[in-house]
Amino acid sequence: MKIALSSKGKDLNSSLDLRFGRCEYFIIYDLESDESKIIENQGKHSSGGAGIASAQQLIDQSVDGVISSNIGPNAYELLKNSDIRMYKGKNIPCKLLIESFKRDELEEIKEAGPSQKGVY
Amino acid sequence: MNIAVLSGKGGTGKTTIATNLALLLEANYVDCDVEEPNGFIFLEPEDIKSRDVEVEIPKIDQEKCILCGDCIEACKFNALAKTKNKIILFDKLCHSCGACGLACPTKAIEYTKRAIGKIEEGKRGNISLKRGIMNIGEPMAVPILKELLKELSEEGINILDSPPGTSCNVVNVLHYAHRALLVTEPTAFGLHDLKMAVELVKRLNIPFGLIINKYDENNPYLKEYMEEENIELIGKIPFRREIAENYSKGQTLIHVEKYRGYFQQIIGNIEEVLL
Repeated sequence: MKIALSSKGKDLNSSLDLRFGRCEYFIIYDLESDESKIIENQGKHSSGGAGIASAQQLIDQSVDGVISSNIGPNAYELLKNSDIRMYKGKNIPCKLLIESFKRDELEEIKEAGPSQKGVY
Repeated sequence: MNIAVLSGKGGTGKTTIATNLALLLEANYVDCDVEEPNGFIFLEPEDIKSRDVEVEIPKIDQEKCILCGDCIEACKFNALAKTKNKIILFDKLCHSCGACGLACPTKAIEYTKRAIGKIEEGKRGNISLKRGIMNIGEPMAVPILKELLKELSEEGINILDSPPGTSCNVVNVLHYAHRALLVTEPTAFGLHDLKMAVELVKRLNIPFGLIINKYDENNPYLKEYMEEENIELIGKIPFRREIAENYSKGQTLIHVEKYRGYFQQIIGNIEEVLL
């Protein structure tokens, strides 16, 4: 099982980026092998539809879950349609969130956050 | 001759100036502020005819689609995405460019139409009044503006009441403008946004003049900038509570004797300086 975390930095000590579509990086963490890799979020450069581009990237990475905080309506729909579960994280290091996830302590996101369209 | 009325900052008095000038000049009036057109409140047109503005969006034939993802690659607006078993369209992000259809190797993409707003057209005496209205929740005004502005009367004057700001919407209105009237107010915000509007009309080579609304002779905010940039002042409307009260009741100012003169003066200056 692979989960993706929206991250501010390039390693597991980095804090979670609470933005989904405009986060800096995604950490893809494999729970079986305990290995992780970093990908740069392609969505952050988009002039529009950032969340869609980010979600597409994670779908292409075949992740099973996402830990983030504010997932907008478009990204939410896309992830949900791809059977990728979404979990709510706080502004704390990603490695702690992975521990919480393993203990089944993270709340599942069941509805989309507010649209950020036009908010600059 | 199309004269655009723009401002940079919102709420400086574009519609006040545009509606009153249209009446006094017997010019056609086009409300291009499609996100919140309110010129009709003052001009009260009759015989309004309405028609939808539609844009083309792709429709994917899931039978023919082989999920290759070429359409997603082609879309520069992130309007298409691929899940495990189908392509999803986010219709509000689509710019109707048609790239997805060209990219599709199996011809699985056809185009259908989607309404994003409407055009209303009416009359007041001899003058024609038009406005675009964007449907609530729609993000893109440009297709409505293009439809609104494509067939303007060739005779006489059309006043184009522009949206605020200096965004794509304003730029699109200015593509149809031969002259521009910049309306501002003597405040820090008014000046800040006026500078952007001036830069825009200069870049598009549109001759323009400035109108100061809410004018107060003791207020120095705009003086220095106008002198520096050598900007032609073609009129001012004084800062009066009574004017705001009239506006709040949907009344035009040219019908109030003591304010009519300010607009006559503006028209005189437009004829002298801009035409």
